[in-house]
Amino acid sequence: MRATLAGGNTDVRVLMTHPMETAQQTKGAPYFIQNITVKVNGKPVIEGEISQAISRNPVFSFRLKGGAKGDKIEVSWLDNKGETNKTETAVA
Amino acid sequence: MLAALVVGGLLKPVMALAAWNKEAFAAKSPGDALNSLGASSTEPSKGIVIDAPQIAENGAVVPIEISSSIPNTTAIAVVIEKNPFPLAARFDFKDGALPFVKLNAKMGETSDVRVVATAGGKHYVATREIKVTIGGCGG
Repeated sequence: MRATLAGGNTDVRVLMTHPMETAQQTKGAPYFIQNITVKVNGKPVIEGEISQAISRNPVFSFRLKGGAKGDKIEVSWLDNKGETNKTETAVA
Repeated sequence: MLAALVVGGLLKPVMALAAWNKEAFAAKSPGDALNSLGASSTEPSKGIVIDAPQIAENGAVVPIEISSSIPNTTAIAVVIEKNPFPLAARFDFKDGALPFVKLNAKMGETSDVRVVATAGGKHYVATREIKVTIGGCGG
């Protein structure tokens, strides 16, 4: 994950390693991330709900108001099998 | 008993109460998906910008960038009209976030992509067609 100051705001780009398989691909149940949360210094600022239509190994860019060097950005996700993961970085 | 199972590692604690709108994501038409999101009535807006390729060679990875300049935008939903399940994603933007997202989506075939932004309890819409050379939902 990368978080950088640009034009007075903070640009966040995050990569999630996940197969994101559709029902057509598995010939059965789909396997995909459902929930994404972006936090700044522990405070949730974006909540996302996504589907099997998001590409494999999802990459998202978000834009946060303002920000300062050193702010802690955390992005966490939860898939439809209940597996969670998260990544953290400091604004550079 | 439950505590013992958790301590014993037999049960994995799952993130509690994460909201996921099953009904909206299971909808098979754009209209049903938007109804399930409570956004059946929408008004066209030039304040929603959809930046995407006119032609996507590979439907498995179609980059779509969305931003809203409608004041107080609090949510954005992305609906790929011809996908088997049209609702691709929705985002809530709270204080501290700008209504902007870039994502990669799968598209089964050439389709209109409809973006609905919510601001002040109203829903606004913009649409853009993306042509797909090779569909990206199966395979």
